[in-house]
Amino acid sequence: MTLLRLEDLSVTFPVARRGAWPWEAPDLLRAVTDVSLEVAAGETLGLVGESGSGKSTLARAVIGTIPASSGRVLWEGQDLAALSAGRRRRHRAEVQMVFQDPLAALNPRMTVGRAIAEPLQTHEPDASRDERRRRVGEVMEKVGLSPKLMDRYPHEFSGGQCQRVGIARALVLNPRLIVADEPVSALDVSVQAQVVNLMKRLVKDMGISLIFIAHDLSVVRNVSDRIAVMYLGRLMEVGPARPLIAAPAHPYTRALVEAVPVPDPARGAVRAAGLVEGDIPSPLSPPSGCVFRTRCPRARPDCADAPPALRPVRETEAACIHPIAEAAHA
Amino acid sequence: MRAPKMHPAAAAEPFVEAAETGVLVADEEGGGRSLWQDARRRFFQNKVAVASLVWLAIVAAMALIGPLVAPWDYESVDWSVLGNIREAGRPSIESGHWFGTDELGRDLFARTMQGTQISLMVGIVGALAAVVIGTLYGAISGYAGGRVDGFMMRLVDILVSIPYMFVLILLLVVVQASAFLQSIPGIQFIALFVGIGAISWFDMARIARGQTLSLKNREFVEAAIATGVRPFRIVTRHIVPNLMGIVVVYATLLVPNMIIFESFVSFLGLGVQEPATSWGALLNDGAETLTRGTLWQIGFPLFFFVTTLFAFFFIGDGLRDALDPKDR
Repeated sequence: MTLLRLEDLSVTFPVARRGAWPWEAPDLLRAVTDVSLEVAAGETLGLVGESGSGKSTLARAVIGTIPASSGRVLWEGQDLAALSAGRRRRHRAEVQMVFQDPLAALNPRMTVGRAIAEPLQTHEPDASRDERRRRVGEVMEKVGLSPKLMDRYPHEFSGGQCQRVGIARALVLNPRLIVADEPVSALDVSVQAQVVNLMKRLVKDMGISLIFIAHDLSVVRNVSDRIAVMYLGRLMEVGPARPLIAAPAHPYTRALVEAVPVPDPARGAVRAAGLVEGDIPSPLSPPSGCVFRTRCPRARPDCADAPPALRPVRETEAACIHPIAEAAHA
Repeated sequence: MRAPKMHPAAAAEPFVEAAETGVLVADEEGGGRSLWQDARRRFFQNKVAVASLVWLAIVAAMALIGPLVAPWDYESVDWSVLGNIREAGRPSIESGHWFGTDELGRDLFARTMQGTQISLMVGIVGALAAVVIGTLYGAISGYAGGRVDGFMMRLVDILVSIPYMFVLILLLVVVQASAFLQSIPGIQFIALFVGIGAISWFDMARIARGQTLSLKNREFVEAAIATGVRPFRIVTRHIVPNLMGIVVVYATLLVPNMIIFESFVSFLGLGVQEPATSWGALLNDGAETLTRGTLWQIGFPLFFFVTTLFAFFFIGDGLRDALDPKDR
């Protein structure tokens, strides 16, 4: 069953040119362009792409803190933009977010217990104090924190523990979807694995859908049922996790797969040769046609004509005119 | 130096958490140490600030208790010293005029204590108005952003551009001249407090707004928005508590400014009216008799005035050091 559906979602930001007059039209920064995606109930979707590819903006459009410029966000078939303010507020209880910087995501003047209780207080204001404390304690145990730590402040916790608090806050209302925006990239590698496993276990146990954002494919493939690859605000490839990584159809996906460090130096050297070079172009003036063509090793003249739509290639869907035909590295 | 802030259990996290489903065990019961508690500990390590706080407490206690124990009250004239203030009115224990008398034979100790009450009250009212009005105004303006922010801040700019001393003097003159207003008891005080409260919050509003602008893009505010917390609650629960550090420092530094401000107005002969007095009025009286050999008339009020202002400034500095986010 489809829980969340994005239809041609675009997010643009007006950016005033330096020295421009107030009445001049601002430049448009295209953070997300024409993204169509689906997330099924209980499914984990991994969202990858390098910095500046629009992953975080997409996440914020999904949770509704940034409005979509065009396109629609459908929640169980209902357009969120068409909801009344009250309904939309209630909808916020069903989608929760986990943030990148665990310490910054917690108010330094609030005990972690109060931070976790805040969604409860907002959406179930009638619950008594004891009831709230009980539920906060329960959810803290679920994420591996002792309820005794409820009255402590965020600065008394380590990064990993803070992220557990962030996860507890996202879970306390039993949401249907959690959007995790690079939840582990600020953590130590050893703690990363713990937090990833914790999230994986919790969403499976509780039947929650998860959008897991990362710039690192090796983290994402560990948790995801499906993976979506973004570049410069557009979807490059979507598909089930295993075939997408084993046999990427889009050159950009392949570049990401090859960028994953390999413990074997001999093999690593061979793979490094295929890496794309250069920086991501400015989203203020994206290249015509396929946005990846300026860095694509397989670019041909016709790539500049029109932005390619997603179309099925083997088991995945790729937005590429000249997809990789062969299964690259099995 | 400061003890490491991380909780022992936190430092040992990977080991304690070895079992994936295991629950962290705290080795200490009870609540956590808030940033305020940290700041308090750091403040009390600052000797100058603590000494200032003690002195301020002494001054405040004297202002409250002094008038009760003094043998004279602040408005009665001691006719026995009148005409010979220079000799009979000098400070002495026997006559009961511990600080001497003023030019009219009124007891200077009682008057200084009464003036201290008024001056401290003016300072505190001004600072309170700044904290309440300024913080909320600035936080709302900064959080709302856009046109609302532009409008609210331009309004402050316009108010700041009005010469407030002129307006306050005008207000006090009008109050003094109006028979109707004079029939209201305490109108002079009320006018003074209203005037000072009305001007004290501008800078605070600007400071609070600036801080809010940087706070509102922090992730914990975004988390609250995403959860659906209403804007006013975000301002009161997330923005304002995080402003309090800087607000407290600025308010402490504002108190002496308000006292100086009131003193200036009283020095001009406006403000507090006879027989009530304030530091500014006392200094004014003392300055007039400076050449008549009655130096105690300016000396005692000046001593309290200067030491109290210094105490406030040192406390403000101590608070700023204690609450400095860079040291956190």
